[in-house]
Amino acid sequence: MKELIKNRIAFAGLIFISIILLFAFFAPFIAPYDPSAIDANNILASPSLSHIFGTDTLGRDIFSRIVYGSRISLSIGFIAVGIAVMIGVVFGSIAGYYGGRLDSIMMRFVDIMLCFPAFFLILAVIAILEPSIFNIMIVIGATSWMGVARLVRAEILTLKERDYVAAAKVMGASDARIIARHLIPNAIAPVLVSATLGIGGAILVESALSFLGIGVQPPTPSWGNILMDGKSTLGVAWWLTVFPGIFILLTVLAYNLLGEGLRDILEPRLKE
Amino acid sequence: MLRYIAKRFLGLVPVFFGITLISFFVIHLAPGKPTDIQTSLNPKVSFEARMRLEKLYGLDKPLGVQYINWLKRFLVFDFGRSYVDDRNVSEKIVERLPITLLINISSMILILFIGIPLGVISAVKKGSIADRATTVFAFFGFSAPEFWLALLLMNLFAIQLGWLPISGIKSLDFEYLSLPMKILDVARHLILPVAIAAFGALAGISRYMRASMIGIIHEDYIRTARSKGLKESAVIYKHALRNALLPVITILGLSVPGLIGGSVIFESIFAIPGMGRLFYESVMARDYPTILGVLSIGAILTLLGNLLADIAYSYADPRIRVK
Repeated sequence: MKELIKNRIAFAGLIFISIILLFAFFAPFIAPYDPSAIDANNILASPSLSHIFGTDTLGRDIFSRIVYGSRISLSIGFIAVGIAVMIGVVFGSIAGYYGGRLDSIMMRFVDIMLCFPAFFLILAVIAILEPSIFNIMIVIGATSWMGVARLVRAEILTLKERDYVAAAKVMGASDARIIARHLIPNAIAPVLVSATLGIGGAILVESALSFLGIGVQPPTPSWGNILMDGKSTLGVAWWLTVFPGIFILLTVLAYNLLGEGLRDILEPRLKE
Repeated sequence: MLRYIAKRFLGLVPVFFGITLISFFVIHLAPGKPTDIQTSLNPKVSFEARMRLEKLYGLDKPLGVQYINWLKRFLVFDFGRSYVDDRNVSEKIVERLPITLLINISSMILILFIGIPLGVISAVKKGSIADRATTVFAFFGFSAPEFWLALLLMNLFAIQLGWLPISGIKSLDFEYLSLPMKILDVARHLILPVAIAAFGALAGISRYMRASMIGIIHEDYIRTARSKGLKESAVIYKHALRNALLPVITILGLSVPGLIGGSVIFESIFAIPGMGRLFYESVMARDYPTILGVLSIGAILTLLGNLLADIAYSYADPRIRVK
């Protein structure tokens, strides 16, 4: 933590993430308006003191929608990555620990999954199931665990040769116990880095899906579907496009900076 | 060399079957049967008629047999007929593929010719203003949503300034233009989509190139080259660059699925009649045969991209071929 504060850029990322988290938690207190309150007298109002980011085609306050949208966008980011990390850790540690044929079959499966353009796969599954927030989280998670699996496998491959693992084995620890208690905790640093970077990626995917109309469905605001309204009014109401985009950009940037910072701190051997 | 390529190609066969298995699994996620559209919605269809239809489509057979039958048709690129316009799915894809390939290959070239020099410069002049600027640019590239940039650039260059066309791939008077003007016309339409498609991967490649180059510069043989009295430019471009490029080739291969997946986004924003837009349209219409066809073709393109990257790698680094 001390090192994180010293790493100014990563710390800036952390601060911004905290602000967005505050937005999400205290949305009703921060948002000046109800995010779905339609105001026929204020359609496409440009940014002013009463609506700092302007209003949309139904007269809804953009800032309030962004504040409430942060709840959706962040929780999709967190949960999708949580799912990806869980699948990846279990998959990677089994492949790495048992090795041999099982390992090569499992890693082949990872290669195959990596061949699908992830965005195609996500769209296809969402098209077949319904585009609900729940499905989006699961599908993004289920298509983005491969990197974590490879990382964990590589770590476990070297860790399992260590003496303390042999010692645990001699003492009669089961495979599951060795993996869960002795191997995974020591392999978690690179996973943490990749998960932090992954949250940014998941937020980008969610916003792209919602922008295309296949993600979070209106009237629930997400950063992506606020932008969807911006597309048709681009020439007349720039604020509909610019502000939600800046929030996505800064949030993803913050996670990327934090992730890179964590990499420098947790994996000093990779430092240039 | 040929032997190596043949070996790599054989290695792709199981991956190919895996791709077909997953694609098959994905369509079977769909609740109900494909014939439901013709039967459930129509109360007049009798049970017998329903059975006849299922038999016609082979849906009465066990799943394994269905997969084999489907695979047989897959191998000759027969994906069935589109639910939307009853045309052959493979025909629809072939029609849309060239434009998507053109955009993706152009952006790949752009990535190479901008990303690699950027990475080299920022590695050689580490800590300089150029390096810092590249780093900021790279993080921006990682983090900016593609579709947002597309909208902003479209607004600036096409709507406000009027320098570039807003969307599509050709002008209304395209048919009456001379050949050079035709090429220019398409090029003008493709500037924004290609730039957008390249942007994210470009940032990534420049970072990888930088890291790879920095790693190489500290190698012993570079010090040897320098102490021989070689010019700095010869050290960098002859000795360091060639080796630093190796990992970047792999990364380029890995960026193919991202490019193909991204085509959904920019093709639907710029109204480009390519594979990405076809995919988007079929997703919106729940046109399963087309969804499946494009999904598998996308995966196979990625597979080919990886194969090309492998071949390029072995060409650049003969050590690989021996292993």
